[in-house]
Amino acid sequence: MRAWLRQHRQAFASALRKLRAQGSAAVFSSLAIGVALALPAGGYALLADLQALTQRIAQAPQISVFLRRETPRSEAEGLGTRLARDSRVRHSKFLPREDALARLRGTDSLAEVAASLGENPLPDAIVIQLNESTPAVLEAMARELRGLAPVAQVQVDSDWARRLAALAGVARTGTGLLTALLALGVVAVTFNTIRLQILTQRTEIEVSRLIGATDAFIRRPFYYLGLLQGLGGGAVALALLFACLAMLNNAVADLSKTYGTVFQFQFLAPADAFTVAAFAGLIGWLGAYMSVSKYLREIDVF
Amino acid sequence: MISLSEVCKRYPGGKDALLGVSLTIEDGAFTLLAGPSGAGKSTLLKLIATIERPTSGTVVLNGQNLAALRRSALPYVRRNLGLVFQDQKLLYDRSVYDNVMLPLSFSDHSPKEAVRRARAALDKVGLLARERANPIQLSGGEQQRLAIARAVVNRPAILIADEPTANLDAASAADILGIFASFNQVGVTVLIATHDEAILSRHAGRLVRLAQGRVAAQ
Repeated sequence: MRAWLRQHRQAFASALRKLRAQGSAAVFSSLAIGVALALPAGGYALLADLQALTQRIAQAPQISVFLRRETPRSEAEGLGTRLARDSRVRHSKFLPREDALARLRGTDSLAEVAASLGENPLPDAIVIQLNESTPAVLEAMARELRGLAPVAQVQVDSDWARRLAALAGVARTGTGLLTALLALGVVAVTFNTIRLQILTQRTEIEVSRLIGATDAFIRRPFYYLGLLQGLGGGAVALALLFACLAMLNNAVADLSKTYGTVFQFQFLAPADAFTVAAFAGLIGWLGAYMSVSKYLREIDVF
Repeated sequence: MISLSEVCKRYPGGKDALLGVSLTIEDGAFTLLAGPSGAGKSTLLKLIATIERPTSGTVVLNGQNLAALRRSALPYVRRNLGLVFQDQKLLYDRSVYDNVMLPLSFSDHSPKEAVRRARAALDKVGLLARERANPIQLSGGEQQRLAIARAVVNRPAILIADEPTANLDAASAADILGIFASFNQVGVTVLIATHDEAILSRHAGRLVRLAQGRVAAQ
């Protein structure tokens, strides 16, 4: 066991020496791997933000019920009370037209417009949340509400969030495909790097085999080399992503201020960042494995 | 003990290198394998070193039929043999010391023991003072001595050398043979292939002559 560990330590040290000997070539290989992986990792980070946003909204879909302007206040309040007692309704809030106008005036961008209005054009409204928020239940409730005499318009607020979620699904599939394609590219980069290393060390491999080195002993440093190169690429990808998100957040901060909100893209969670690095290492190792399997067969002494 | 029985070797392309060779080499023997180029000397050594497999017949090394061994077992057989190649197969991108350390890197010795063995092997062949040199800086005789140091560093019971004195002057050749003799004196079985008549005439041990893939005399 101790000898086995020592051989792994030797192989690791040998891989580090090879990386150092490669110099700028190793740096550029890691950079190529990093750029290739930064794209899907960035896509994943943006999608995670989008997903969190849509989930936050879609978790509590609301139905806004706008009443006809001629509906008497008592009838409007009565409908609000009735809906609040409905077993399907979790929460109901009656919103008088005066409050709606006050809210409008309180909004920076619309204050001027609200002030210019002669009379309040807004109707009374009731905002409800259901216990069950599946699209079918929401639609059934909206249909029922549209059939009531005092109701002018019913708006199911989760529609756009659902569309956004569907769009995110498409983007997720695209990111998955991009990841697969670029991972293939990374495997090719590592495959070629290791191939060149094998050719450079052809004599050493041949002699080692002749004097009793096992295949595992010969292969091990190359596997470590692929793994290290992949991990280096993963680190570059995470650094690039971090820098890009920081720059993007500066621009987004200005934009979101104009909407009176605060929005920031989040960097990957530690577990996700670890996954990116581990994935990079794994495909680096895979490239090395494929290259070693193919080219070591050509340097056979038996 | 090395035992070959009715060994034939045909290379791809149809060239017969060995035709029914039977030979036994006892433990501790010093045997020279003689014959002109193409007689089958190198092929016979390669069969014993598991670098080639016989087309037919058996090669038995210390009770093991080499032809029956799985490929994955061959490195362990080679570790118990000391091989000296005609072209030495030294690594010129590393020092004399690192060349000798190579077989120890995949052995089970502790780093301290490996260093001790490497230095002892270099001392034995008279190259300890040049351990930091690059093999390219060594003379032909010194390079051959380095190849011997690498072959014996794992203290094998059998030492096999293919034309170890080729391209060496008479003094260096005698020097190299002296080193092999010194290992043989401590019980190592030595098998050397050569066509150097000067060596053959001085040799007092067993001589096996090969001609056209057969044992001509022994």
